[in-house]
Amino acid sequence: MKTVSSLLDDHWYARYKRISKLNIRSSIYDVTNRCNLRCKGCFFFSSGEHEAAKEEMDITRWETFVDKEMARGVNLAILIGGEPTLCMDRVEAFYRRLPTFCATNGIIKVPRDRFPDMMLGISLWGDEADEKVLRGKDAFSISSKNYAGDPHTYYLYTITPKQLGKTERIIKKIRDAGLKVHMQLLSNDEGVDGFHWRAEELAQIRCEMDDVLDSYPDTVISSKYYHEIITTGKMMGRPFGWMECPSVTDPLDKREPKPRRLTNFIRWASDLNTMHRCCTSETRDCSTCKDGAAHMSWVMVNKRAHMQSTRDLQNWIEIYEMFAKLYQFIPW
Amino acid sequence: MAVETDKIILRIAEIMINELKLEDVTPETFDADIDLVDEVGIDSMDLATVALVLRDEYAVRIDEDDYPKLTTVRLIGEYIRKKLAA
Ligand code: SF4
Ligand code: SF4
Repeated sequence: MKTVSSLLDDHWYARYKRISKLNIRSSIYDVTNRCNLRCKGCFFFSSGEHEAAKEEMDITRWETFVDKEMARGVNLAILIGGEPTLCMDRVEAFYRRLPTFCATNGIIKVPRDRFPDMMLGISLWGDEADEKVLRGKDAFSISSKNYAGDPHTYYLYTITPKQLGKTERIIKKIRDAGLKVHMQLLSNDEGVDGFHWRAEELAQIRCEMDDVLDSYPDTVISSKYYHEIITTGKMMGRPFGWMECPSVTDPLDKREPKPRRLTNFIRWASDLNTMHRCCTSETRDCSTCKDGAAHMSWVMVNKRAHMQSTRDLQNWIEIYEMFAKLYQFIPW
Repeated sequence: MAVETDKIILRIAEIMINELKLEDVTPETFDADIDLVDEVGIDSMDLATVALVLRDEYAVRIDEDDYPKLTTVRLIGEYIRKKLAA
């Protein structure tokens, strides 16, 4: 039987042990149906999820709800929306109780006296030109001022096909703002012209992602295996898609055979009652879904499949470490 | 009592090997004290799979909150024996 220590040297074994018992149990929460931007290609609005449920307005109900989620075993709350910072009291209901990550567009500054170490992921959709086309404004110029040097903030850089050859400039801008960055790929849910990925573009962007990781290791939080998985949509020869996705809401998951999946994962709508199918929109085509967290989780829940060789297990460790860093379970 | 626990341990090892498709090991050669997470690489979903079979076989429910302390086959065996005796 292959064992972990037979595959790893002391250095890698120590890295494995640092994460092996973290047992991260995340769920995702739509904090609000509203946003102060309206990005083209935002799955939340394009799929009508913002109208799926009426927001719960009573803050005490949010607090009770979070307590119930903790009793269900959740140890990481991932807050999305809409724009969560429009409802700081709801964000606080999570933050006061359990490890919390908040996705934001960075336009509103989260007060650090109230949320000293809450991890924030600021969405970034390319360079100034892309952001103007897709989001109606250069959001980076605002968010980078709001959060420059913040140790608990990183950019979640959604790379579009138009970014080919331009990613390094963005990474440098983020580095110069004293922040970290994690990369993912646009899924183009609204079919915006010119933003579809072609196979050769995916191959090119994979090389580019590898290059920026090599050149800016203190800024880029990533791994080459992640780049491979997200650009090829394949892991150990298996194609990503509905029958493999780990990020499907557990009570709605009627798949047979059931794939390896996130334990007890639910994505809740802002009425605290409705559940969404998965971590992104139900209208998205799973066969072309590029959701970064779903791909990362896909690797993470398939640990023993990565015990075939030393390299496979190291790849698994790197992806788990990346996830653990992005959600502050281990330091940068 | 020791004999009974040993039998349970062998059966747990067999279930693990079958359910998790572990290669190059038999129930007899499976080290009952090997750390299941740090060495065999199993995770909570694997343990849940094994727990389901154990529930059917022994009518013993393994509480999810107890997973973190069930780090070896021997500890799982002792856990089941205690629950059977209770
Ligand atoms: S900022 Fe985020 S939630 Fe708001 S429209 Fe853009 S992608 Fe959607
Ligand atoms: S759209 Fe993406 S995240 Fe959602 S179920 Fe399909 S593959 Fe998974």
